[in-house]
Amino acid sequence: MSIGRFLLRRLGSGLITILGVSILVFAFLHIVPGDPVDHLAGDNATPGQREQLEKCLGLDQSLPMQFVSFLGHIADGTLGRQCAGGGGDKRTVAGRIFEVMPYTMWLALAGMLVAIVLALPLGILAAVRRGTWIDTLATTASLSMVAMPQMMFAPLLLFWFFITLGWFPGPGETGALALVLPALAVGTHLMAMLARMTRSSMVEVLGEDYVRTARAKGLPESRVLYVHALRNALLPVITIAGLQFGSMLSGAIVIENVFARPGLGTTLLQGIQERNYPVVQGCVLVIAVIYVVVNILVDLAYGLADPRIRRA
Amino acid sequence: MKRLKGLKLSPSAWVGLGMVLTFVLAGIFGPWIAPYDVSSQAIDLTHKFEGPSSAHWLGTDSNGRDALSQLLFGARKALMLSGIVVAITATIGLTLGTLAGWYRGWVDEVLMRFVDILLSFPGILMNIAIVATVANPGVGVVILALAANGWVGYARVARGQVLALRERDYVTAAIALGASNRRVMWKHLVPNLMGPALVQMSFGLGAIILIEAALAFLGLGPQVDYTWGSMLDQARTFLWKDDWVKLYALIPGLAIMWVVLGANLLGDGLRDRLDPRQRGKS
Repeated sequence: MSIGRFLLRRLGSGLITILGVSILVFAFLHIVPGDPVDHLAGDNATPGQREQLEKCLGLDQSLPMQFVSFLGHIADGTLGRQCAGGGGDKRTVAGRIFEVMPYTMWLALAGMLVAIVLALPLGILAAVRRGTWIDTLATTASLSMVAMPQMMFAPLLLFWFFITLGWFPGPGETGALALVLPALAVGTHLMAMLARMTRSSMVEVLGEDYVRTARAKGLPESRVLYVHALRNALLPVITIAGLQFGSMLSGAIVIENVFARPGLGTTLLQGIQERNYPVVQGCVLVIAVIYVVVNILVDLAYGLADPRIRRA
Repeated sequence: MKRLKGLKLSPSAWVGLGMVLTFVLAGIFGPWIAPYDVSSQAIDLTHKFEGPSSAHWLGTDSNGRDALSQLLFGARKALMLSGIVVAITATIGLTLGTLAGWYRGWVDEVLMRFVDILLSFPGILMNIAIVATVANPGVGVVILALAANGWVGYARVARGQVLALRERDYVTAAIALGASNRRVMWKHLVPNLMGPALVQMSFGLGAIILIEAALAFLGLGPQVDYTWGSMLDQARTFLWKDDWVKLYALIPGLAIMWVVLGANLLGDGLRDRLDPRQRGKS
């Protein structure tokens, strides 16, 4: 199958999935009790304001029409209006998401960087020195890191590096330095998962015939390790890394909460708590799109790493 | 289940089993052996923010309540919640997965589409979203939220397993002998699913404890008594306190870590035992 056809098929099924997610969220929001107008308008809203808000949210239309206008707002790229403040708020949902997206992107990228830079050497080292104390130490450390709740680790990082040492800025700050601690908090968790994956995958690959052949024909060990073994061992690592990257791009709510950072996850949570349907639907849509795109990219990366898959 | 008897587990799996068992014991007996009450009647502001002492082994919180007692009562809450959620998700997931794998066709198609949709969204965000949507959520809402996507893993495991099992000779033989669909599923398929299901349950337990804590940490769970998550939320402020009072900041996190680590070790060990091809994979 050519890359083009593969992409088309994946995009097609991705679109169906995204549509499914949208319908589910739409249905869910309308099943759940609680009038969004009450929440958004506040207690002392005039009937006029309430009506205006209802109109802004499109609640005066029938359910199918509401869904159609939701699709229309996707098409025109606004994702609808926020409608806060008695319907007077003309800002678009897309605008609100665009405001927080850079924070989420940078955190995800930095977290990924931390994870990969630490995980690959650690995993490879543990695999090569299998059965030694280095392996035991690396395995124990990564198992513990996976089990450690971020709700404990992130405040601890703040305590050490912001309160005690004062090396990095604290919660609510922005800028490059303020990215370090959240990235560490997000990254170490993923690092632990990836290190374990790298280790087990490397151990398996190092037992393969082609690695023995490579060694037997006198290739230097570094070439055997990094060209022959690592490339094959990376496949499952890429999968996990990709999926986790997708979930980091959807916003790390706990980390955003601890470091008082804006982000997609927090915006979704705010949207839900404000009962602001357009914001919730917009966030969910963006997250679903990110997930689908990341999944397709992971599959493409698979093909790059393993020529057998490309031809299959 | 016979296959699971006399199971030889790796040392790390035994350690994991031991860790999970201490959690189960703490959950069952904890509230009885807890030295103090933790309800709102137990508030004692003359003893707030105390470090460890002979009266309060792990110190007290901002309301003067005993930290060790909170930990033990929290274990009961965590055990009940995770037990219920694991039971619900495993039942739903294994049933749907078995049906999809056995009947295939449109049943399978519909189920897998639905699974795809659920998986195209970060699991924990979905849990958070569901709980946040409901005003004043109770424990039931948390269970519902965790079950909403928790069954997916079981369904995939069961479906994959059944798709492989249905080609086995003994299944073919059972069909040839005129066994009904129900009989084949109950007598021949489900018993062979229990191993992989147990692995999934083990990992599921750890995940549920973590997510429940995250919910309470974000202030989204039911606002009742003590859970490890609400302790974690409170614990944040203790990092700013003096000396040993800080200990409170670590207690709930370490308790959660203990259970999750134990569950993961056990899950790894069971998987190695039941499916040697998967050995060492995380």
